[in-house]
Amino acid sequence: MVKQIDIIKPSKIFPNQDLVCLRTMVHDDPGSIDTYLKIGGYEQLKQILKKKTKPEAILAELKTSGLRGRGGAGFPTAIKWSFMSRDYDGMKYLVCNSDEGEPGTFKDRDILRYNPHQLIEGMLIAAYVMGTRVGYNYIHGEIWREYELFEKALDEARDHGFLGENILGSDFSFDLFAVHGYGAYICGEETALIESIEGKKGQPRYKPPFPATYGIYGKPTNVNNTETFASVPWILEHGGQAFQDLGVENSGGVKLFSVSGHVEKPGNYEIKMGTPFSELLNMAGGIWHRRKLKAVIPGGPSTAVVPAALIENATMDYDGLQKIGSSLGAGSVIIMDDSTCMVSALKRLSYFFYEESCGQCTPCREGTGWVYRVIKRIVDGKGTREDLELLTDVSKKISGRTICALGDAAATPVLSFIKHFRPEFEYFIQHGHSMVNTK
Amino acid sequence: MIHADDIKLIDKELKKFPDNQKQSAVISALRIVQTRHGWLSKEHISDIAHYLGMPEIAVMEVATFYNMFNLEPKGKYQITVCTNISCMLRNSDEIVQHLEKKLGISFGEVSKDKKFSLKEGECMGACGSAPLCLINNHTMHEYLTTEKIDQLLASLK
Repeated sequence: MVKQIDIIKPSKIFPNQDLVCLRTMVHDDPGSIDTYLKIGGYEQLKQILKKKTKPEAILAELKTSGLRGRGGAGFPTAIKWSFMSRDYDGMKYLVCNSDEGEPGTFKDRDILRYNPHQLIEGMLIAAYVMGTRVGYNYIHGEIWREYELFEKALDEARDHGFLGENILGSDFSFDLFAVHGYGAYICGEETALIESIEGKKGQPRYKPPFPATYGIYGKPTNVNNTETFASVPWILEHGGQAFQDLGVENSGGVKLFSVSGHVEKPGNYEIKMGTPFSELLNMAGGIWHRRKLKAVIPGGPSTAVVPAALIENATMDYDGLQKIGSSLGAGSVIIMDDSTCMVSALKRLSYFFYEESCGQCTPCREGTGWVYRVIKRIVDGKGTREDLELLTDVSKKISGRTICALGDAAATPVLSFIKHFRPEFEYFIQHGHSMVNTK
Repeated sequence: MIHADDIKLIDKELKKFPDNQKQSAVISALRIVQTRHGWLSKEHISDIAHYLGMPEIAVMEVATFYNMFNLEPKGKYQITVCTNISCMLRNSDEIVQHLEKKLGISFGEVSKDKKFSLKEGECMGACGSAPLCLINNHTMHEYLTTEKIDQLLASLK
């Protein structure tokens, strides 16, 4: 078991952030329950139980906050929670999706190690609203230390009487357990994750029925992302309007942006929705080695790549990124400088989707393999002029023809890379080597 | 036979699920057994199936689906290097080449003395500290450089 003391204050706390999910980071020993209690943690839960707050009142506050699902889909949280019937008196489950495996995404990891109790409190509030008695937090298998830390945080919460039967003397009972994946990107898809909790291969289910009516063991289940749950206690403490006011229209609040790739200071930045991209890039220390920005994948590889010229004036929010033909996704900002060969970059992304396709739907299972092999052939100097049309054609035939969104996600990089960097692909095919002198 | 200590660990996992849903603990059970033996033999799969009351094929399906499970013997230290986009942009290729040169093996291979094996990993969800690797699935090493790899290899006895 890892000792909490091993996870000391992060080595660098970036200035100019508006901390909500990572608000403990400015304190020593940020992940401990003592720190969380010191900043008023679990106070919202106590108030709710004491005042027997109506679930509708909490949902209304969430609606005002403009909070949308932080895992990538951006679905309004208050609406998702309202899908769970309170009248159904059988077993119901609550699930936190901490299975972040979308390349460039590493925000939930920081919540798990620096502020796990805010997540636990958020889940407790969600359980109260939806009437669920048991919850699971499904954690990415590769971040094992965070899994162990979260188990420790659960023990702390139990010792303080925040989890278990009749919490704080009320008639509300809820228990929460940590479970883990073991190397399958697809389990981040909520129905695949449910299958995985049932001890099966992580293959997505047909929807409908949606998890709110048919989830774990066929029982109503609500799945939300880590950052979504962790935002809830702050929203109830400061009010929904205060959260909405931090952001912009349609994109309430703050958002964690995971910045990786060619920047001086990669890391998580929790900033207001609507912050200009240029400001975020500055916070991350700008492009490394004094090179120039070439392209950005703003929300993880399942969102479209955009060239520098398009994103330089964009704002980081749902609408701002949609305007330039991409999307916010999980806020996984991958920065590429002018030394990047876009053909090689696409080859690696295509390999990822090929490797991680669960194999259930033919267009995705076969199509991702085709796409990878064709791009590999180009990188090997054996591409033909028809290959770009072939790639576009195969990708379009995967998109929209699969049970889950992985198919669309696999097609997006191919179509957007070719759309914005076509000359680079043509050059590679014609000359058998990259247009870019990789430095 | 599942080791008695592992039985205790699996039983702890079982407590997280309803009594009639033992299968839910299968990923943990496989992980626990693999952590002890370094890999999962047919016999291990069969033992776990028996213990959880599952058909062997259902356990095998899970073991083959999740890519952190090893279905053949590996080195004492398995080094999994992430080569996905964020790590690639921060020169994970250099790390891979350095490891291949130092260990004399490529991805998917085990060194002659059975001390090391190398594996290509997918995104580990820690891209802010790229490039990175995992030792035996559970210990992450971040901000890798060739010097750090040298130190790391020297520390693995």
